[in-house]
This record gives sequence, C-alpha cells and structure tokens, in this order.
Amino acid sequence: MSEKKPASVTEKIWNMLSSVTLAVVLIAILAVTSIVGTVIEQSPDYDKNIKVISTFVGSGAAPAVYKALNSLGFMDMYRSWWFLCLLMLFSINLIVCSIERLPRIWKIVHDPMIPLKDNVLRNLGIRHEITVSSKADDARGVVEGVLKAGGMSPQTASSQEDGSVQVFGQKGGWARFGVYVVHGSILIIFIGAIVGAIWGFKGGLNLPEGADSDVAYQYGSGTEIPLGFTVRCNWYETEFYGSSDMPKLFKSELTVLENGREVMKKWIRVNDPLNYKGVTFYQSSYGPIPTPQNGLFVFKAKTQSGEQMVWAKMNQPFKIPGTDMEATVVNFSPALTTDRNTGQLYTYTSSMNNPAVEVRFTRGGQEVLRTGWIWKRWPDTGKLQGGAALEFEHYWGAQYTGLQVRKDPGVWLVYLGCILMSIALYVAFFISHRKVWVKISDDGRKTRILIGASAHKNRHAFEKDVQKMVSGITAGLEGGV
Amino acid sequence: MDSSALFNVSTFAYIIAMIAYIAYLAFKQKGIGLAATGITAAGFLAQTAAIVTRWSESYSQWMKFSPESSMLLGISRSAPLRNLYESLVFFIWSMILIHLVIEYVYKNRSLGAFVTPIAGLALAFIEMAGIGKEIQPLVPALQSNWLIAHVLISFFGYGAFAISYATANMHIILASGDRKSQSYIFWAFTFSLFIWVLIVATAGTISGPPPEGMDGRSAGRGMSFWLPLAGIYPVLFFIVWRFGLSMHNLLASFALSADILDEITYKGIAIGFPLLTLGIITGAIWADSAWGTYWSWDPKETWSLITWFAYALYLHSRLMRGWRGVKTAILSLIGFISVVFTYLGVNLLLSGLHSYGGG
Repeated sequence: MSEKKPASVTEKIWNMLSSVTLAVVLIAILAVTSIVGTVIEQSPDYDKNIKVISTFVGSGAAPAVYKALNSLGFMDMYRSWWFLCLLMLFSINLIVCSIERLPRIWKIVHDPMIPLKDNVLRNLGIRHEITVSSKADDARGVVEGVLKAGGMSPQTASSQEDGSVQVFGQKGGWARFGVYVVHGSILIIFIGAIVGAIWGFKGGLNLPEGADSDVAYQYGSGTEIPLGFTVRCNWYETEFYGSSDMPKLFKSELTVLENGREVMKKWIRVNDPLNYKGVTFYQSSYGPIPTPQNGLFVFKAKTQSGEQMVWAKMNQPFKIPGTDMEATVVNFSPALTTDRNTGQLYTYTSSMNNPAVEVRFTRGGQEVLRTGWIWKRWPDTGKLQGGAALEFEHYWGAQYTGLQVRKDPGVWLVYLGCILMSIALYVAFFISHRKVWVKISDDGRKTRILIGASAHKNRHAFEKDVQKMVSGITAGLEGGV
Repeated sequence: MDSSALFNVSTFAYIIAMIAYIAYLAFKQKGIGLAATGITAAGFLAQTAAIVTRWSESYSQWMKFSPESSMLLGISRSAPLRNLYESLVFFIWSMILIHLVIEYVYKNRSLGAFVTPIAGLALAFIEMAGIGKEIQPLVPALQSNWLIAHVLISFFGYGAFAISYATANMHIILASGDRKSQSYIFWAFTFSLFIWVLIVATAGTISGPPPEGMDGRSAGRGMSFWLPLAGIYPVLFFIVWRFGLSMHNLLASFALSADILDEITYKGIAIGFPLLTLGIITGAIWADSAWGTYWSWDPKETWSLITWFAYALYLHSRLMRGWRGVKTAILSLIGFISVVFTYLGVNLLLSGLHSYGGG
C-alpha cells in the first residue's frame, strides 16, 4: 500500500531493485545476450566471425558490424564489462528481493497458529465435514492423535462462545525458505567464481618426457606462474582401441619434486588429474617433439631366461640380452603403414599413432643378419630366430604431455552452492507448508467435525493426505464402536 | 533378438500408437484408447529390452578391449548413453515412461496424441538423418563415472519438459479457436519451428560436416545450405497455421479442463527444472574433473543456461506474478524450443563455429 507521501528516490530505486519485474527483465536480457555469445565465436578469430556476421548482414556490412560488436566486447562477451554488470545487477536484485521478502516469510512461518472463524474455515481450499455419534471429548483425542500421526504437533483451543474446540497443526513451514536458499546458492556460486578469478589461475604447460618445470604459463598472456614446486613428466602414452587409431586412453606419469626430493608420483589421465598443494594438473593434450635430442628407444627383450627392458639411442648398437646378437635402431616412424596400392611403407601422421622402428640385427658387430621394421602395435614383428623376441615398447622423449594447470581456491564454494541449490530446489518444489484446522462442536446429540486445510503449493497431494486424515478420524471414532 | 531388431519393434509400436492415439482423439472410442496405451506400453517394453541388450552388447565390446576392467567398471563404461543416437533413444524412452505415468495418474488418454508424435518425430529424425547407430568404444573424455549420472538426469529432465511442451501446446490450442489470435499464431510458429529445426538438423547431418577453410578449420555453412531451408519455413508455418484449427475442434470435444493441462505443464517443469539444474551441475563437476574448468561458456553450457533462464522465467511469472493459462503456456513453449536447441541445435549447427560438439 503506497501512502500519500511520495516515495523518495532511494525508495524508488530500492523498490525497483526488489521487483520481480526487474528479475524477469534481467533474466531475459541475460538469456538473449548469451545466445549472441554462442553464435559469435568467443576469443576472437577475425576471419571466422566475419563469415558468421556476413551470414546475417551480408559481406558488405560485415566489417563495420564486426568493429561495432568488437568494441562492445562481443568477441569475449562473457568477460565484458557490461555482461559482468548484468550479473552484478542480477545478484543485487537477488539480495534485495530476499531482504524485502524474508521478514514476511519469517513471520508467516513463526507466527503462532490461531483458531479460525467459521467463515474463514469454510473458505479454505480443502474442506471436509463429518458427523459422528461419539462424544466431543473423545473426538478431540482422536483428532489430536491423527494430526500427530501426520507429523504435526497439534494445539487445542476452546471457544467461549459456543463451547466448541479447535485442534490445529502445521508442518513444513520451513519449506517456504527453500526458494530463498536457491537464490542464496546462486550468490554463493558467484562468490566462488570471483574468489577463483582473483586468487586462482588457469594456465597450461607442455612438458616433454623427462623434462621438468617449476612454472606454468597463463592462458592468453603467456605469463609465467610460479608453482612453488617442480613437476616432471616421466612418461606420456596414448593407448588405442585394438589395432585401430581410436584413442582409448591418454596418460602421463607425473612426479612432484620439492627441493629436489620426490614428494608425489601419479599416473594422470583425462578425468583423473593430479592435485598437489591446491594446484591441479589435468591431462589436456599431447604432441610430438619433431627432433628429440635425448630420445631413447625402449625395447622388451624376451628370451627363454625371461624378459628384460633395454633402452637404446638412435644409431648406437646394443646387445640383445640372452642372445649373441646386437641391434641398432636406424630409423623411426611415428605412424607407419603400407600403401594399399604400391605396397610402399609411409608415415601417415606426425602423431605417434602407430610407431615403428627399423632395426639392423648383427652378430659379432660385423655380420649383418637382417634389417626390418618392428611395430609397437604388432609385437609379432619383433620375433627373432630361436624363440627370442625384441618387442618395441616406446620412443621415450619424443612426445610432450599437454597439461592444464589450475589453482582455484573458490571451487569448494561453487560446489557448496551447487549442493545447496540441489537440496533447496527439491524443498522448494516438493515440500509445502501445510496447515490443518479441525473444529469439533457438540450439538447435543451428535458431534460435528469440520476440517479445513491449506497448503502453499501442491494442493492436490495434500488433499489426498487430508482425505486420509478424515478417514483416520472416522475410523478412530466409529470403528471403535 | 539383437538390440537393433528390438529397436525396430519399438519404433514400429510407437508409430502405430501415435496413429491409434490420434484416432482415439478423433473417434473417442474407448477401445482405441486402450489399444493405444497397450501398444505404447509394448513399445516401451521392447525399447527397454533393446536398451538392455545394447548395453550388454557394448559391455562385451568394452571387455574385449579392456579385459583388465572389473565388471562394475565395464558396466558403467558401456552404458548406452554415448552418442546422439543413443541419447535420442534414451530421450524417447524417458518421455514415454513419464507419459505412461501421467496417463495412469490423470486417467486421460488425449495427451498421447501429442506425446507420441514427439517420439515419432525423433525416430523419423534418426532414420532420415542417418545418424550412426554403431556401438563405438568410449573416447577418453567420456570415461567418467559422471557420464551416466549426467546423461540420465539431463534426459529425464528433457523428457519432463517434452511432456509439458505437449500439454502447453494442447492448452493453447484449446484456448485459441481463432486463427488470428496471437496465441494461435504463436503455437503454430513454435510447432512449425520445431519441425523446421529437425529438418535443418537432418539436412546438416546428411550434408556432412561444414566445409573446411584453408587453415583446416571449419568455414561455416554457406547460403546454398541456408537459403532453401529458409524457404521451407514459411510453407511449414502456413500448413500448421491453416490446419491446426481442426485440432482445436477435436480437443474442445474432450472433457479436458484447461486447469488440468496447466497443472501437468507446471508439474512437468517442476520435475524438469530441478533435473536440468542437476544436469548442469553434474556436467560442471565432470568438466572440472576432466579439464579443470567447471564453466567455460561453451555453446552447450551456455544454451543449457539459456534453457534454465527460460524455465526460471516461467516459474517466476507463474509463482510470483500469478500468471496462468495461455501466457505461461507460451513461456513453456519457448522453454522447449530452447531445450531442442540445447540438445540438437548446438551439436548440429553450431559445431561449424565451435570445436565442441559434432554429435
């Protein structure tokens, strides 16, 4: 009710900030601008976005439109000043809305229930009336029992006017706060995001096998971020499904070192990162090193006496354990296959999809036995005479692992907000504030029981519960006779 | 029977059920209605069996490639929720399940004539677009325990939204007996748009990925792709607008109260909205554990947020402003357009613009 006195400017602003209309308008604007951000590629790529814009306005006007959109921050709009302002306004709206409405809800939930006048009782959404032959006092006991069984703590009040008694109770009042907890959880998520943006970082780090680093590199700017410890990549490997080129697993073995001492070691893979002192390392990419300086070929030598790992350099002969032969790696291909038409061997990609080494076998350092390719994918290609085998396992030092490095001290707030929101949404949608009043009056011969009930939502579900209460009361009174 | 035979049985059953439900709407014979429900239930059972069979087929595949996995890990990694085809199947499955429950609770069969066509459209889309049905092993990014939770929750949410779309549409049709009324034009616009998106998605899938530019990146689709499709839309709209009114007369002859439709629309959203929220949250947690960012504003994430906003608008206008009837029904339609775009549009159309997606 606005009074005669005109609202001051602050009042007007306050009212605007607390209005649902503003919320609705803000949500609509956020939705529409977000759509724009999904059509125009974020983080600018001029050529590509010019093409997108041309589709809408034609190629003639596209550069001008691009310029205009770019100056408004549309090429990185989710971080632009106006989008952040919209989010801030949205948060203020949420806060003011809650400040404005919470006291009223608090009052509704905490005000003691009072007996209702007949006309109010008869106007409630859910009504029932029954007449029983039991005494009013017995009826009162049964009604109290039924309400208690329904999870309410019944109160009783007697009327001076007509000697009637009202029993009433409520439950689920706290559920009215559910929607405010949802709003609050949005704010908690925002705070978590802000904490992460201020005190955290997001960067990348490409580590060749065997290399280590005590910094990561900020995305975008490339600034060095000191980690406070050293991380080393011991091994990187892609596993494939069967003998296909479909990747099954990307994995790296990382070691964390502090003051030269190893403090942690873990195989990471996509969906399973390493976390040390709040910094998390994610498997995000990989790639070949074109001319590895310290590359080592890893073989597994199999003979009757057992298996043994052998590490060898390019063009340097090594003895195959358990045999009288030597081997020399003379060539390497990251992905070797045979051309179907010509039968020629060729490398089909620089990525280590199907690595193979060409090995020269000798005896006594002089006598060349043969030269042949050994594939990692097909261990049979490493079979030697006399049941021995030289299986090619890995070309160590020829790949790097691409790590995403992140520190986000706000992430637990985001998760807390998410958990709160999930619970509160359930409460807000499926638990309702339910009230029941039962008026018991004695007209001399019979006892009239008038039942009225209300629920602030999901009335149909509550109607069924009240119906059960009514049957409970009837059964409790008539059933006992 | 193998899974594809069972899928064929369920597809066939849903299409027959769609015809039966529409016939029921037209002739109001109790027998036809019962038959429609029976056929839908049979289709649902066949589809359930098909999903279970496909799961066990892909379980054997997984165990062949990763014999070291435990049985539990194998089951979790082979859940048939990996690609567009499997997700469409699961979407239909959850929508039909919710539909059968609602039909049982509300004892009203007219809803079926609006739900089964959605299933029919989705099935037609699978066939026309030639979406790949092979069982493929899981790429590394999808090897997460969050996959099942995320997809189950999201698609149950989509199923609930689909139901509320159907009832909101019925509500508007029932309320607008005039071709010139705004609400009538709006539902005709939405419905034809919905069919149009499926046609575009189909065309997009048939013509393969968009051409690549010099740098090896996608160059987007040209006018030759968009022009004919843009031309189809007005025709579609006209057809729906012209013949939609007969629906009004059919529905009006039913003892169907606008209140019940409004209530089911709300219930659908009341179930769908928390599920959508949980879907977004599980997606965020998953992204965080896989890539170290719980939110990166990629098109899929952003569109799910836009959908969230759309339904938040519906809820606020209904619960705070007290809107009822056609107004909120229109908001519900907007919400479902957003759902369809989040689900199909982003993968099939925006994939030309972004690295993410691609089915």
